[in-house]
Amino acid sequence: MNDFPIIKVNNLIKDYAMGKQCFRALNDVNLSFKMGEFCGLVGPSGSGKTTLLNIIGALDNPTSGDAIVMDKSITVLNHKEAAKMRNESIGFIFQTYNLLPVYSVFENVEFPLLLLKKNKTEREEAVMRALEWVGLSGKANSRPNQLSGGESQRVAVARAMVKLPKIVLADEPTANLDAANSHNILKTMQNLNHELKTTFIFATHDEKVIGYLHRKVMLNDGKVIDDVNLN
Amino acid sequence: MLIIKLAFRNIIHAGLRTWLNVIVLSFAFVLIILIEGLYDGMSEQVKDAEIDSNVGGGQFWQKDYDPYDSFSLERSHAEIPAELKQEIKRGNASAVLIVSASIFPRNLIQSVSLKGIDPDQKIVNLPVSILKEERDTNVIPGLIGSRMAKSTGLQAGDYVSVRWRNINGTFDAGDIKIENVIDLNLPSIDNGQIWIPLEKLRNMMRIPGQATIITLKKNIDRIPADSRDWIFKDYNYLLKDLNDNISRKRLYSNFMFSLLLGMALLAVFDTQVLSIFRRRKEIGTLMALGMTRWSVIGLFTLEGCLLGILAFIAGSIYGYPILAYLAKEGLVLPRMIERSQFAVLLTLYPKYGLHLYVVTSLILLISVIIVSFLPTRKITTLKPTDALKGKFS
Ligand SMILES: Nc1ncnc2c1ncn2[C@@H]1O[C@H](COP(=O)(O)OP(=O)(O)OP(=O)(O)O)[C@@H](O)[C@H]1O
Ligand SMILES: [Mg+2]
Repeated sequence: MNDFPIIKVNNLIKDYAMGKQCFRALNDVNLSFKMGEFCGLVGPSGSGKTTLLNIIGALDNPTSGDAIVMDKSITVLNHKEAAKMRNESIGFIFQTYNLLPVYSVFENVEFPLLLLKKNKTEREEAVMRALEWVGLSGKANSRPNQLSGGESQRVAVARAMVKLPKIVLADEPTANLDAANSHNILKTMQNLNHELKTTFIFATHDEKVIGYLHRKVMLNDGKVIDDVNLN
Repeated sequence: MLIIKLAFRNIIHAGLRTWLNVIVLSFAFVLIILIEGLYDGMSEQVKDAEIDSNVGGGQFWQKDYDPYDSFSLERSHAEIPAELKQEIKRGNASAVLIVSASIFPRNLIQSVSLKGIDPDQKIVNLPVSILKEERDTNVIPGLIGSRMAKSTGLQAGDYVSVRWRNINGTFDAGDIKIENVIDLNLPSIDNGQIWIPLEKLRNMMRIPGQATIITLKKNIDRIPADSRDWIFKDYNYLLKDLNDNISRKRLYSNFMFSLLLGMALLAVFDTQVLSIFRRRKEIGTLMALGMTRWSVIGLFTLEGCLLGILAFIAGSIYGYPILAYLAKEGLVLPRMIERSQFAVLLTLYPKYGLHLYVVTSLILLISVIIVSFLPTRKITTLKPTDALKGKFS
């Protein structure tokens, strides 16, 4: 595995204004993630996991400190550059799937490739391959509202993976799934991590997920309280 | 390209909401063209009728004549200058003498203008030749329009007493026989007027050879010069009242136009606001997937614009045959409009130029773009993390 840090988080502080006071959601977080890591941010609800993922994904700005993602400081990116970075290098998986209701499964997975202006044959190949990874080739023409929760989550995984991003940020990807489906998805991700060296960062408190992780970063009250290698 | 495709998919998916908007917008579009076309057609028809039956190719007025001052009629008659006489002889002009008088229909007194006209004239389109047919030289043959008939209760064949003051200031009286009542489309030649033979009126007044107005033939080659007593009025002048009246009505039609468009636009605006509110999570997702904020704004604006474009297409498709049919067959108006001071046109033919179509389309499209865009400004201040949580900051 490459030792090059693909993500580096330095002295990260995130405050949320709460009326006159402010609430510190992240308190001086320092972390570094290597390429190809399969790693989880673990901690109780409210510990700052989602906040940290959002900052790494350039969806949010820190109050102070910095996150360097693929050699770029996200604090200096403007909206357009941030969008470009997400588009090209980052796959998001949300707890609530967030599939686009208007589109079929195929079109949902195809969407990031359209943004990347890939041509039609490239897109078709990549979408079918991604659907195969998650075992949904047969549902390409279904609409999101015709899918079960597990299937929807797998479509979300395929959508995050289809462009072969360097980084996948998955926020509670198994929260709505039963055990069988959770293992299914985690195995799929594990395989992709193996084959493509994609860096996965999870935010979770699900024991099932923790069982698959190679590294566990424990957060509490916005602070890193532990960082364990599970290999 | 991508956002066009996405926008199209989104509005198709929105189903009923989209079609309702398209229907409302296209209705407004077609109705606006129809209303404006009706006004254009009506203005033109009234103008044509006015030229045809009243003002011809312009008129010479005796210098004292003032249509708004009935007392001026006592003075406004004069000998016809030689040059105009020549034109009358050649069939290029015709003289009208206007005199005020009182009639006594139903034992009431009513003041009228007696208009003497040559029953053989071919200058304006008035069926006055019937005035020649009266054999009884003791009566004055008269012709009235349907409004005049209504306001006096006179019918064809009726006799009505008339009293006037001749040039010497002496009162004189006689009987007018209503030879016919005809539908005159124009109030300007109907209200308060009785048409009688010119020579008869000159005799009644003891002013042989005099007149108040000389109407020229339409498209006459050369307009004689003004003389001391006679001033030429061209049709811009003669149609000024009519044009003013039309522009007043136009203002009203523009108000209707704005109201109609405004209501249709409100529907689009509403749809946009609702759609942005309901789809904020989707907006967050699009941003997380790497769409820029401005692309998202573009997408939502485009969705609104597509409604306008669809309405334009739909309106053009179903509106064309309807509007074309109405232009050909005309729109038959209810009789009650007769009472308005505007012309009675029983059948109106709307007239729509390319100009009207293009301008209306542009107004529709541009205003739809604006109302589609306005609500999307909310997106510029939306934080992706909040949008993903489904909340607005
Ligand atoms: N927009 C916001 N405004 C104010 N406070 C916020 C905002 N977003 C998050 N917080 C607070 O920051 C803290 C960290 O939130 P975060 O969503 O990162 O927690 P989390 O670890 O993901 O929790 P969970 O496991 O419940 O998802 C919480 O206490 C939360 O209340
Ligand atoms: Mg969270």
